[in-house]
Amino acid sequence: MKAAVIVFPGSNADRDAAVAVEQSIGAPPKMVWHRDTELPKVDFIVVPGGFSYGDYLRCGAMAAHSPIMREIKRAADKGTRVLGICNGFQIITEAGLLPGVLLRNKDLRFICKDVYLRVEQTKSDFTRRYKSGEVIRIPVAHAEGNFFADDATLQAIEDKGQVAFRYASAAGDVSDETNLNGSRGNIAGIFNEKRTVLGLMPHPERMSDPVLGGADGRKMFDGLVEALS
Amino acid sequence: MTSVPNARITPADIKSHGLSEEEYGRILEILGGREPNLVELGIFSVMWSEHCSYKSSKKWLKTLPTKASWVICGPGENAGVIDIGDGLAAIFKMESHNHPSYIEPYQGAATGVGGILRDVFTMGARPIANMNALRFGSPDHPKTRRLVSGVVSGIGGYGNCVGVPTVGGEVNFHPSYNGNILVNAMTVGLADQNKIFYSAAAGAGNPVVYVGSKTGRDGIHGATMASAEFGADSEEKRPTVQVGDPFTEKLLIEACMELMATDAIQSIQDMGAAGLTSSSFEMASKGGMGVQLDLEKVPQREEGMTPYEMMLSESQERMLIILKPGKEALARKIFEKWELDFAVIGHLTDTGRMVLKHHGEVVGDLPIDPLAQASPEYDRPWVATEPLPVLHAADVTEVDWRDALKTLMGCPDIASRRWVWEQYDCIVMADTAQRPGGDAAVVRIHNTNRALAISTDCTPRYVKADPFEGGKQAVVETWRNITAVGGKPLAITDNLNFGNPEKPPIMGQIVGAIEGIGAACSHLNYPVVSGNVSLYNETNGNAILPTPAIGGVGVIDDLDKMTTVAFKAPGDVILLIGQKDTASGWLGQSLYLREVAGREEGAPPPVDLKHEKLIGDFVRNLIQAGRVTACHDLSDGGLVVGLTEMALAGNIGCLLNDPGVPRHGRLFGEDQGRYVLTVKAADATAILREAEPVNIPVQMLGVTGGKDIVLADETAVSLADLRQLHEGWFPTYMSGKN
Repeated sequence: MKAAVIVFPGSNADRDAAVAVEQSIGAPPKMVWHRDTELPKVDFIVVPGGFSYGDYLRCGAMAAHSPIMREIKRAADKGTRVLGICNGFQIITEAGLLPGVLLRNKDLRFICKDVYLRVEQTKSDFTRRYKSGEVIRIPVAHAEGNFFADDATLQAIEDKGQVAFRYASAAGDVSDETNLNGSRGNIAGIFNEKRTVLGLMPHPERMSDPVLGGADGRKMFDGLVEALS
Repeated sequence: MTSVPNARITPADIKSHGLSEEEYGRILEILGGREPNLVELGIFSVMWSEHCSYKSSKKWLKTLPTKASWVICGPGENAGVIDIGDGLAAIFKMESHNHPSYIEPYQGAATGVGGILRDVFTMGARPIANMNALRFGSPDHPKTRRLVSGVVSGIGGYGNCVGVPTVGGEVNFHPSYNGNILVNAMTVGLADQNKIFYSAAAGAGNPVVYVGSKTGRDGIHGATMASAEFGADSEEKRPTVQVGDPFTEKLLIEACMELMATDAIQSIQDMGAAGLTSSSFEMASKGGMGVQLDLEKVPQREEGMTPYEMMLSESQERMLIILKPGKEALARKIFEKWELDFAVIGHLTDTGRMVLKHHGEVVGDLPIDPLAQASPEYDRPWVATEPLPVLHAADVTEVDWRDALKTLMGCPDIASRRWVWEQYDCIVMADTAQRPGGDAAVVRIHNTNRALAISTDCTPRYVKADPFEGGKQAVVETWRNITAVGGKPLAITDNLNFGNPEKPPIMGQIVGAIEGIGAACSHLNYPVVSGNVSLYNETNGNAILPTPAIGGVGVIDDLDKMTTVAFKAPGDVILLIGQKDTASGWLGQSLYLREVAGREEGAPPPVDLKHEKLIGDFVRNLIQAGRVTACHDLSDGGLVVGLTEMALAGNIGCLLNDPGVPRHGRLFGEDQGRYVLTVKAADATAILREAEPVNIPVQMLGVTGGKDIVLADETAVSLADLRQLHEGWFPTYMSGKN
């Protein structure tokens, strides 16, 4: 399996992603500069966290129109697995790979903390190593992670099993109380219809090593390797 | 001597530039009787400002210990450099951004973080951790909420975007900061020992290169503002606060790192306080060089900028680089890749003078050495702080320990700072092994099982009561915090925040605190490698509590042995290490005294440096041997507050033996040199046996377990209640509900 990590000038979790990917694959991913117009041949692409172009405009809005995004869209259409983490989720959503949009957190502040996620959909290469309904602990670090979609879109997402993770309690209860940023349906991560593209606000790559406080995120990368190798 | 345009300097100009008549006299001497023009006067003004010249503190700073076998570079460079083994160096410094943060909290704090990051990466280090030390006025003061909110989001806004984790810090409240908050930011970076960059310029003819953001009119005279007291008009100084752009800083870091990996740089320095003036002067002065600048080549954000504005602007995210010959094309390519400005704005000369040209016309011509090195140095008169009487526990009201504990856990200085640190990305770079809330932050050295432990500390109320003991205590507390996570403390940076040094009692605080810091550093072999001084923190004549904030850095050689404060399992034995038999509990200047008894009195707890070293080394050895399940040093609030913090962190209670009398002294006294450890029950007796022959006092305090803090007489407080008080204060306060 071959992987690539996209590097925008303001990416700051590109190394975090590369370390986690390498740990699972056993080889370093290719780092692809945002101005490149060609993607290397890979099975899996990570669009990492950070502040792509500073994000003084809407998060990810400029990155969605960068040259490399055209290539990523093309690859995604062909079934290449794409994972957008945090700012990467914002970027691929802005680029139209996923439905909905990420708004400012409900209390308007940046939030960095470990959160509990309930795994909603295990039938994907990203989540196959998790059990349905399993509660995992992964950190968030964002100011704009408030997932919004209109009623019809939201219904479609739910009906087609596109919800990957929801913000929950340690016991797995999903409620307003566990909704840290105001996301509709407590949604923390969603798939495209084919479940070949996943975007999520939490950072699995920063919880893939016991030294960092846990390894619940590692199963995502291990699962991908298992599925794509 | 080149001719410079005529100048008419009036006494009002001299005064508005913060220069004394005596200093102006010295300027005339340096210029051989010629009057300076306004550009030159502006340059003298910033270079000789307290902020840039350390003119009041230099005499005393020189007394600090700065050497150890692991010190690669001590004070005088952009940041301090220490050897941390494996060919690596830690580069770090703490710096204040107090005055701007009071006037415009978000930008003041944000640019404080940006400035200290540049001080570190300019030396070749990739920043791996940010820390801070914040002091605000009374929570009741009408401005405090807005200032806390602005400063915290400013620190987060900058650090989060740049992608350097903010891993810890401290926040205190006291009415003395009502008109002068303190925002001290620290950055720690990692470099290869053979790739460290310095700022001394060399090689006449070498190009002087400007990179980063364009120059605007922001921050003109920031350094001068930071060297004067505030009056009623302080808010009007908003135009002198700089505006930060963390995205550009991120690009600048990456571009500089890329250039540093080549062999193109002769020397490099960031443009911090006093911008282009201080960077070019300092680089030339350190290398004994001269410099000529063609100011029209400076990338400018606005049209029609004058030489005066360009020389004094404090626009952010800019660096000055002296390139080796023939490297311009290579360097330009890298900065263009990162879409940053790159301009050759002059060259080095061997004249020892700074010649400023604007469209070919000489607009300034100054000798460099007298300006940069022979800046004024004052031996300001000082009076020592009168020692305060020792307050005996018997003279302090005793209230039910449960009520006192609840009061303390929910008081502004002890309540959980979660509301603050959750706004900081503390985990970006994926190497954070210990996040905020413990004794020291721990950041792994990438790709190894080693780590740096970092702590910032100061207890200003102790320093006010006794500057010498308080100065010692600030150093020792960082040393203890690093020890408590299993680290070996190596060196410190100091950020000395005081009032107006022209007042002898304030100068006395400065002298006392520096002597205390020096004594502690000497005894612990824990030198000062960098630092910053912020004076004139006064408003309408009211000075802040003297606040020499210390940032300590140490190394953990085996991360598997790192300890945290959290109780790990029920049934562990709790040990108190370092409690002297004679001590009945030191309540003078304690938080119990202030928060429970409503008094701020007495001498602060003394620091016995010999005892500290003995106890700390013993504790560290136990941790490194893998025999400790949790560890916490005791500070604010004393023993039972420390135990409660451990219990809350692990969500496991404890059952404690009879503490003895006086109970409030035993439970809440702030005697120094103490740690609480938990160990496996089977190992406890062995530790007691090992401690005895080496005169280490160890007491068995009780055992972990349950969901309450329980004393032997069966009085108890539930963790749930304590958690609510501890976690509740900050969010409730910030929401304006209390």
